Amino acid sequence: MAVDEQLKIEMGKQGVIVTSLQELYNWGRRNSVWPMQFGLACCAIEMIATTMARYDMARFGAEVFRPSPRQADMMIISGTVTKKMAPQVVRLYNQMGEPKYVIAMGACAISGGPFKQGYNVLKGIDRYIPVDVHIPGCPPRPEALLQAFITLQKKIDGQVLTGEGRPRHLDAEAQSIFPVPEQGEHDLEPTSNKGLWTVPTIIR
Amino acid sequence: MGSNSYLSLAVFFFVALAFGLGPLALAWVWAQVFSPKKPNAVKNAIYECGLESKGDAWVQFRSAYYLYAIIFLIFDVEAIFLLPFAVAFTGLGAAACISMLIFVLLLVEGLAWAWAKGVLTWA
Repeated sequence: MAVDEQLKIEMGKQGVIVTSLQELYNWGRRNSVWPMQFGLACCAIEMIATTMARYDMARFGAEVFRPSPRQADMMIISGTVTKKMAPQVVRLYNQMGEPKYVIAMGACAISGGPFKQGYNVLKGIDRYIPVDVHIPGCPPRPEALLQAFITLQKKIDGQVLTGEGRPRHLDAEAQSIFPVPEQGEHDLEPTSNKGLWTVPTIIR
Repeated sequence: MGSNSYLSLAVFFFVALAFGLGPLALAWVWAQVFSPKKPNAVKNAIYECGLESKGDAWVQFRSAYYLYAIIFLIFDVEAIFLLPFAVAFTGLGAAACISMLIFVLLLVEGLAWAWAKGVLTWA
């Protein structure tokens, strides 16, 4: 079904634009990814800087920070996720409408970072929700967040509408709810959501 | 020719209707074909700040709050009219002063009535 890339360029030169429904859909989606307006820690300052005039995230169509999860497409986990905050983050993720994407920004969000040994710090948000792009750094520079966003756009661009390997939001059988953890006696329960993350085996 | 002018209006109406409903219909068709609905309890929760809502939203407020707000209006209206009156006071005659007194007395009467009713006593 896909039109040959060379043929498309050739036709473009003649003033004929050829596209497919899937390309049109992905083009629209990747250029209007609205992030959710919430910051968790110091990385949020870098996220704010990214949206301001100097780095201008609006160039990529992601400047409309929504204060409600219902209107947002992307969640930027910007900072340390404490075990007290984790259930709220997971609940907000569940309340976002599909399709939804997650960028884990900074060392804390991807692994717990410098606070990894802390009793109250979640060691990576990917234990509870599926993360699309991880950015290392403490904090990552605004350029790094833009890089992550461009990576996400490329990912959206590559998604297929039908058949095997189509994204979760187009698949009726795919998992739609990611259980919200609860405060247990010593830790969050469960400590991670099944199918997303497995406890790594330590090789000594 | 009279009927023709109305015909153009009708055409305009239907085009406008299609212009509005067309995209909605397309979005609906798209949702039916491609994006399956997957509602769940967490997603459908009314409150969306991340926390679970506790209790019922249909709580009763004391009517005393409402009465206080209404009585506040007495002073509010009074101030609005008293200020221009005070500014123009030196140039006013006796009739203006008496009518202003009556106006203020009317408002004070309302306050006195509320006071007598025991509205000002916060129990």
